[in-house]
Amino acid sequence: MANIPDLTRRRLLGTIAAAPLLGSAMGWAQQVRPATRAIPSSGEAVPLIGLGSWITFNVGHDRVARDARAEVMRAFFQAGGRLIDSSPMYGSAQEVIGYGLKKIGRPADLFAADKVWISDGEAGRAQMEASRRLWGIPRFDLMQVHNLLAWQAHLPTLFAMKAAGQLRYVGITTSHGRRHGDMAQIMAGQPIDFVQLTYNLVDREVEQRLLPLARERGIAVIVNRPFQQGSLIRRLERHSLPPWATEIDCSSWAQFALKFIISHPAVTCAIPATTRVDHVRENMGAATGRQPDQAMRARMAAFVARL
Amino acid sequence: MSEWWTYGLRDLLMFSAQTYYRLFELYNRDLWPSQLLALVLGVAVLALWRRGGERAGRAIALILAVCWLWIAWGFHWQRYASINLAAGYFALAFVVQALLLVWLGVLRGRLTPVPATRLQQRAGLGLLLFALLVFPLIGPLLGRSWTQAEVFGMAPDPTALATLGVLLFAGGRPAWGLFPIPVAWCLLSGATLWAMESPDFAVAPLAALLALVLAAGGALRRARAGRSIG
Repeated sequence: MANIPDLTRRRLLGTIAAAPLLGSAMGWAQQVRPATRAIPSSGEAVPLIGLGSWITFNVGHDRVARDARAEVMRAFFQAGGRLIDSSPMYGSAQEVIGYGLKKIGRPADLFAADKVWISDGEAGRAQMEASRRLWGIPRFDLMQVHNLLAWQAHLPTLFAMKAAGQLRYVGITTSHGRRHGDMAQIMAGQPIDFVQLTYNLVDREVEQRLLPLARERGIAVIVNRPFQQGSLIRRLERHSLPPWATEIDCSSWAQFALKFIISHPAVTCAIPATTRVDHVRENMGAATGRQPDQAMRARMAAFVARL
Repeated sequence: MSEWWTYGLRDLLMFSAQTYYRLFELYNRDLWPSQLLALVLGVAVLALWRRGGERAGRAIALILAVCWLWIAWGFHWQRYASINLAAGYFALAFVVQALLLVWLGVLRGRLTPVPATRLQQRAGLGLLLFALLVFPLIGPLLGRSWTQAEVFGMAPDPTALATLGVLLFAGGRPAWGLFPIPVAWCLLSGATLWAMESPDFAVAPLAALLALVLAAGGALRRARAGRSIG
């Protein structure tokens, strides 16, 4: 099994130094930190598990639900998470993320990923600025063109913003296995840092072309819909975990599904979405312990295909 | 959204069932006891229908117009828009329906209770009673909280169904311009509930389609009767 180190030296020292001050109050000093993977274009390491916000963070003005999402974010950060992903297409999700960051305090190492989603290229900057205000942050780390909408118009803007220090990374997204041909073309021809796409135990088309291309071109990969919006997990939970799941330190189907994704060498980060603190901890646990090697990954996929 | 036609309904749903029904809970809680006023308005529609006559038809149309206008503002614009990017368009459609009710119902008197057939009369009354009394019970009967009940005059689905019931009363000469928006809303709402896997997803669409079929049947019968007399 490939065993990704759980503790970088810097994080270990930081944790040890902070433990007396924060540990008892926040209850996470003993937690194992999630494994990370480097963003190819910069070498910056990000945890293998992030946090998505599609549907789960769109709770409108509901104060109780907003507070609950803030607790999900708190648990995510306490478990070592950094990358949160959203979009103007996600209703009130950006605003709810901003509410959570204000309530629990914005971590210094937050990795804020958002999207531009508007057909008018001229309106892209205004939309990104509105998104930034909703998050309540000085700048986004990553800005992606959502579902490749008007990408020809938006990418030059994003590259200019990156050059001006208004962004750190530029990316494109797709989901549900759509427009892979266009995506491959952009990956081959544009100096993007990230792609976001759908990949999970059953949606594996990207293994053929996009994931190898990402490795070849040095592009980081964010994986959305790791649980097929929950339907994959609901289906898997009708069955028992195979006994050999313990060989990769899996204690749940969610971890099984996530470990399959993040153990692909081209994947930088998976972004499961959840409304529950226990689930976010469980998800983060997928980035700890032993990870499947190639043979184990094949075994996992074959097992699920037979269910 | 690019290639939007390739997305399924469930792919387009941008909120959870929990969030959707919590919207009604907060709406009901914040506006209590307006639900009682809405019930009084619903009973007034029934009473006016029993009374009959052109003035009663105009009064019914006015009550419904006020309800549609309120839902456009108080529900779609103020509440639903916080979780659904399309809710602004729904608000606009509900304003249009309110204006149509004023124009066709209040000003032109096209909602005078004159059912074309006994079946239409019974179906219209049944649909109105269903919207007023039964629809709010569906959620609680399916295990949802009472506080999330959808009531006539405040929630879109029972208001659309009650409007279709009233249109059946006036089926002697259907005001076809008043059908499209309530029927479309019921279909859209059913699709939303289906995407959320709510077991009651078929209720509003089936009731709306039934009203449409009965209205069309009544109009046909009236046309045939007119031809045979002629």
